Amino acid sequence: MAIDLRTVSITPLRQTFGHLARRMGADKPASRYIEATMDLQPVENYHYRPTWEPQYDIFDETRTAIKMKDWYALKDPRQYYYGAWTLARGKMQEIAEGDFDLVDELGLAAAYPVAGKDEALKVFLPLRHVAWASNLNKAYVSSYGYGIAISQAACYASMDQLGAAQYVSRLGLAFNDLDALVSAKTAWLEGAEWQELRRYVEDLMVEKDWFEVLVAQDFALEGLLYPLIYERYNEKLNAAYSPVFSMLTRFQREWFGETTKWMDSILKVAAADNPDNKAKLAEWIKHWRERAIKALQPVAALAFGADADAIMDELVQNLNTRAAKAGITL
Amino acid sequence: MSNAFIAFQKNDDSRCIVEAILEDNPGAMVVDQPSMVKIDVPNRLVIKRETVTEKMGREFDLQELQLHLITISGNLDETDDEFTLTWNS
Repeated sequence: MAIDLRTVSITPLRQTFGHLARRMGADKPASRYIEATMDLQPVENYHYRPTWEPQYDIFDETRTAIKMKDWYALKDPRQYYYGAWTLARGKMQEIAEGDFDLVDELGLAAAYPVAGKDEALKVFLPLRHVAWASNLNKAYVSSYGYGIAISQAACYASMDQLGAAQYVSRLGLAFNDLDALVSAKTAWLEGAEWQELRRYVEDLMVEKDWFEVLVAQDFALEGLLYPLIYERYNEKLNAAYSPVFSMLTRFQREWFGETTKWMDSILKVAAADNPDNKAKLAEWIKHWRERAIKALQPVAALAFGADADAIMDELVQNLNTRAAKAGITL
Repeated sequence: MSNAFIAFQKNDDSRCIVEAILEDNPGAMVVDQPSMVKIDVPNRLVIKRETVTEKMGREFDLQELQLHLITISGNLDETDDEFTLTWNS
C-alpha cells in the first residue's frame, strides 16, 4: 500500500488581536508583553466617578501635570507582564535564598565581627521603613497612573519593595535577632539623622501628582539611596569585615540595576513627548533631588563620617548624568 | 549571488531574534511557514546580540539561539556579539 504524505499549510486568519494590529499598523504576531499591556485600561463609558474625588474620572489623564500623546508609549524595556515578572523575581529570590542558607549553614552571620554588625545595623536596618514607604508610594503610582504600561510596572516595583523590606529585616534578624528590628524602629521614629528622610517619604504619601511621586521616589531618592548603601556602603563593609553583607543584600542590588533601566526609559520617553513634560520633569527632579540630598546627608555621615560629602557629590553627579541621558537638562 | 539563510522554530524567543535580523539586515526576506520561519539575505546575514537583547528586554547570549535553530546556510563566523553567515561572491 502506498502512503502519500502531503503537507497542508493552514494560514491563520489573523496573527494577533484586532486592537494590536491597528496599533502596530500591520497584522503581525505580538509579544506576550504587548498583548498583556496595550490598551487594556478602559478609556470611555465610565459610569461612576470616585466618591472621594468627583472631579476626576476613575481613570483620568489629568491626575498628573505630565501629558502624553500616547500613554502606552511608556513601555517597560524589560517587557514585564505578570508571568515574566514572577519568573524573573522567582529566579532572583531563589539565588538570594541560597545566599541566606549558606550564611546560615556556615554560621557566617554569627561569625561576623561585632563592630561590623553594629555598623551595618545602625545604617542599614532603618531602611526597612523606607522600603515600606516606597511600597506605598509606588502603589499610589500604580493605582492612579494612566494606562496599563506604567501602572503595571509601578505595581511590580511596589511589590518588589515589600520584598526588599523583608530582605532588610531578615538581615537584621540574622545579625541581631528581634532587637535589631526594635532598635531600627526607634531610630526611624526618634533618631535625629533619620527624620529628614522620614519626612521625605511621608510627604510623598500625601503628594497627589502620581508622576511626581514616581520621579521623587524612584528617581531622585532611590537613585541616590541605592548606590549609597548597596554600592558604597557595601564596599566599605566588605573591605573592613567580610562579604557577608553583600551576600545578604543581593536581591536589592540586582533589583536596582534592573529597575534603573525601566526608570530611565520612562523619563526619556516622557521628556521626548513634548517640551512641557521636559520642563516639568526637570523642575521635579531639581526640587526632589535637593530634598533627597538633604535627607540622605545625615545617613551618609552616619555611614562614612568625613568622606560623606565627597561620596554624595559623586552620586549626585551620576544622577545628573542619568537625567542628561534621558534628555532632561537640569 | 547566493542567499545566506537561517531558519528557526516559531516561538516567543525566535520572534524577537527575527525582528532583530530584519532590523539589522536591509533586504532580508522572511519566509513564514507553519511552525517555522526562514530568513534569506543576499550574501551576508548578521545577528547582533545587542539588538536581540533590546527586542527581548533581557540579556541574550547568542548561543541561546541554538535552542530554536533548525538550519543555516553560509560560512559561519561567531563572536560574543555577532553571529554572521556569509557567502564569498
